[in-house]
Amino acid sequence: MDKKTTIPVKIKIQNKDFDVSEETKILRENQTGAIVNFVGVVRGFDERNNSLVDSMTLEHYPGMTELEIEKIVKQSCERWNITGVTVIHRVGKLLPSDQIVFVGVSAKHRQNAFDSCNFIMDWLKTKAPFWKVEENNNQKKWVDYNLSDDEATKKWVF
Amino acid sequence: MVIKYFSWIKEHIGKSEELIELPDNVKNISELINYLNNLNDDYKKVFLKKDLIKIAVNKTYCSVETKISNNDEIAFFPPVTGG
Repeated sequence: MDKKTTIPVKIKIQNKDFDVSEETKILRENQTGAIVNFVGVVRGFDERNNSLVDSMTLEHYPGMTELEIEKIVKQSCERWNITGVTVIHRVGKLLPSDQIVFVGVSAKHRQNAFDSCNFIMDWLKTKAPFWKVEENNNQKKWVDYNLSDDEATKKWVF
Repeated sequence: MVIKYFSWIKEHIGKSEELIELPDNVKNISELINYLNNLNDDYKKVFLKKDLIKIAVNKTYCSVETKISNNDEIAFFPPVTGG
């Protein structure tokens, strides 16, 4: 089996929060010289609708979400020389400044870790079946998808 | 067949999933949508927004031409907004 496909990969969909330093420590156990972490956070303000956000609830399609993230991570492993990947995505009700998503990539050299982490996030935003609904003053509003997320994936297509 | 709905589609149709027995003349997703549209107006209102609906068969993205059978799990959902 190809060495690149046997690196440690952790994919979790969960309600509970995650600890970035704990996840980084786990990634440090891989043969590594560089770790790039991305953390997505709930914004307290909806810039597109110019409104405050009291809370946000995330739902997902159990099973398909994990499969889609696995596919993205596999492509990333084939494309870059990386030594480990962790993707944690929270679901359920979240408040402004809560952590939503963690993508951590370890590699021997930084550029592979930067590019792979960026690639995984860009594709997760357009392929992994999660949906956000924002709550404000007891009103619910499903978040519209962002065309710029589709545009962001184009840089990875050669 | 199991059909799952997510996000605002689930709210418009009023259920998160349903079991249906696939009629013999329904062979692909496009024909399934026509069949559902004839059940009631809630489906019609949803499927009018066809540009905003993604489709999965057995948890894999597919198109309206994808062939389906009674053992499949179908899902209809809007473009994703996670991350």
